[in-house]
Amino acid sequence: MVANKDITFSVRRGTVHAIVGENGAGKSTLMKILYGVQRPDEGTIKVDGQLVNLHSPSDAIAAGIGMVFQHFMLADNLTVLENVVLGAEKLHGIGDGARREIKRISDAYKLDVDADALVADLGVGARQRIEILKVLFRGAKTLILDEPTAVLVPQEVDELFDQLAELKDEGLTVLFISHKLDEVLKVADSITVIRRGTTIDTVDPKSVNARQLAELMVGSELPSPTTEESTVTDRVLLKLDNIALGSGTGRPVLDDISLTIHAGEVLGIAGVEGNGQAELVEVIMGMREPSSGEVFLGDIDISDWHVREIREAGVGYIPEDRHRHALLLEAPLWENRILGHQTEAPNVKGLLIDAAAAKADTERIVKDYDVRTPSIFVTAGSLSGGNQQKLIIGREMSHKPKVLIAAHPTRGVDVGAQSSIWDHIRDARREGLAVLLISADLDELIGLSDTIRVILRGKLSGEFDPDNVTAEDLGAAMTGAGEKEASR
Amino acid sequence: MKSLNVRRILMSLAAPVLALVVAFVVTSLVLVAVGDPVGEVWKTILAVPKPRQGVNIINAASVFYISAIAVAVGFRMNLFNIGVDGQYRVAVFAAAVFAGQGWLPGWLNIIVSILIAMVAGGLWASIAAYLKVKRGVSEVISTIMLNAIATGVVSWLLLKVADRKEGSNSIETKTIPDSSQLEGFKLIPGATNRVYTLLILAVLVGLLYWFVLGKTRFGFDLRATGRSETAAVASGVKVPRMVVTAMIASGALAGLVGMPLLFGQDHNYGTTFQSGLGFAGIGIALLGRNNAVGIAFGALLWAFLDVQSNALQIQAGVAQELVNIIQGVILFAVVIAYELIRRADKRIEQSRVASELAAQRRAAPATEGAPA
Repeated sequence: MVANKDITFSVRRGTVHAIVGENGAGKSTLMKILYGVQRPDEGTIKVDGQLVNLHSPSDAIAAGIGMVFQHFMLADNLTVLENVVLGAEKLHGIGDGARREIKRISDAYKLDVDADALVADLGVGARQRIEILKVLFRGAKTLILDEPTAVLVPQEVDELFDQLAELKDEGLTVLFISHKLDEVLKVADSITVIRRGTTIDTVDPKSVNARQLAELMVGSELPSPTTEESTVTDRVLLKLDNIALGSGTGRPVLDDISLTIHAGEVLGIAGVEGNGQAELVEVIMGMREPSSGEVFLGDIDISDWHVREIREAGVGYIPEDRHRHALLLEAPLWENRILGHQTEAPNVKGLLIDAAAAKADTERIVKDYDVRTPSIFVTAGSLSGGNQQKLIIGREMSHKPKVLIAAHPTRGVDVGAQSSIWDHIRDARREGLAVLLISADLDELIGLSDTIRVILRGKLSGEFDPDNVTAEDLGAAMTGAGEKEASR
Repeated sequence: MKSLNVRRILMSLAAPVLALVVAFVVTSLVLVAVGDPVGEVWKTILAVPKPRQGVNIINAASVFYISAIAVAVGFRMNLFNIGVDGQYRVAVFAAAVFAGQGWLPGWLNIIVSILIAMVAGGLWASIAAYLKVKRGVSEVISTIMLNAIATGVVSWLLLKVADRKEGSNSIETKTIPDSSQLEGFKLIPGATNRVYTLLILAVLVGLLYWFVLGKTRFGFDLRATGRSETAAVASGVKVPRMVVTAMIASGALAGLVGMPLLFGQDHNYGTTFQSGLGFAGIGIALLGRNNAVGIAFGALLWAFLDVQSNALQIQAGVAQELVNIIQGVILFAVVIAYELIRRADKRIEQSRVASELAAQRRAAPATEGAPA
């Protein structure tokens, strides 16, 4: 396959081919081209030696290319069967024919999918298998998986890799996109490295190690998220006292959560997604009322404060879902720079928006945080994920927060940007910033945090010392397998 | 940056032009199908308006404009205030009753009546706001129902306060005193009729809308809520309060819709008072893309079609309701065209960003070291 003038690589049938590299204009654009969402300006794509012209996703599917997105596109209130046939009703009908086909695919590739289960009842791993099944159901022979492991815990990752091996054995081709180099090395048969929109090299995973691979990607010495000497002080900046949040019925979403973060401290929260992290953040930010408990900023009780007051008081917020909570995708960058700080300088003068000052400051953020954009007047939605994230982090850091609530600050961000984001967090920490870091990337947690705690079913575990904890220990605590050890 | 603006302007002009062309073609086909004189019809509609008609167009447009701005305030935050129709009816009735008493002299009477209209319209809209915020009732449903209720309530109250004249069938409120009737401007030479004095009101409303939405913190919050409610919440916007404020503001502006008519033409509120202005406003707001200037063009076009079609029956022997077909097709076409253009615009911008970044990269290796 040859896509675009700058990108050249070929994938053999029956292999897992990994693509690693920067986000920028590289990977996501390449994926869009392969899936027919975007048209290449030059170059050709060949499937099985045949030149194909991909104008739309349906062309891609017709050419046997299927895409498994990072964000699942499933309707919770429908069954697996209904989700799978949605949009592909003509293939095998919507009844028993489709059910038989799902069963056949599920058995053939050992996907273990029950056609009549309700999606809402299924876990993340199962949902991902449905996404894969959806693509196979439509007759794909080449699967593109975009960051498939981002949402999985280590144990689920292993299961996914077993399934990929199964697909490969059946003669399917898998394009695997990931930032996690050790995973790529484990699963891929060959690896193509992209940097700044150009293919750097295609390497054999047996001949490189993770460090060499990462250096190929960044093009320079590899950063690693290591905190130097401790900067933790004894000044408490954020304190949660017995926070609980009910879910209406059954198990509470947050159960008696107490934590303390000092100036200069990074408190990392590990956990499988959906164990209360999102709700915890929303309680701290004032977007949700806890059923009981208090939140203190310094020694002020902010439990009853509204989001705006909390942000004005110096709490920076990097939300987990930047599209939903941090950006106006259809608004230009400079308006997005105002968002979240509508009442603060330099964005406003009294009751009026100070567009000139906001624009000037956006230029500064774009420069300081290396946001790759042709101008500050393009819409936020036209930037790549990594650049959107850099803009958000630049915006939050510009207001000199005392406390930073950072949920997955480097998710979907390329290695280069990742290290610069880590640097910014470390610099701010040295100056006395208190950080609540929620991340699914255990290396990031271990590397950045002064203290790590694990959240499981709305409860916080005891403290882990990042210097002496392994990813496996955390993984066990995250799934509840090692509940005894977790309490230390 | 320059080229971007030029593209933006062309893109935003493309849709309405396309819609007009489609409307022209579809209407012609309808005329041909029923055997009406196509040429005659277009000659009548597209004729240069006489001075008197020019005045009528401006007058109708000023009323449409206020109505469309009232709708647009809601649209900008994804709030569909279908109830402008009911709101202006309640408001103009309240204002007419007050003004008719003549408790205050001249302009003071007018100004206080206008304020009363705004309060009445805002209060009527606040019912829908309350239902949405406290009870989760869709504002579309509640405002539609409130329109029906408004019609009923106003008719009933009108009977109570009606000032029945001898030998007249029409039922209307007490006519406002001469000192509070507005004569209008002689804006167009050669016209015997006059442009409403309260055209000023439409201009003020337009300026206010442009300023508040585009330049103030409140406007930013309102637009942010419309673009992404979740992001607005996370940025500190109190969305329920915003819903209430926007709805009441929309209703208060809706209250102004009938004012030019009340003080410049009818001088009382009765069964013959012009209806359906709220619905025209919805269409014009869509056509003008919620933009203060765009809406002005939309309002003028609507008024032009309305006024020009009056002569259809006499000149071409075609019912003037034909204009409804034209307006309907324009709306359909423009909504579709806007969506198509929005998508195309998004795609063009994404690929433009990608290609400009690629160009920057090609220039960059000299300083950053060539890729291996």
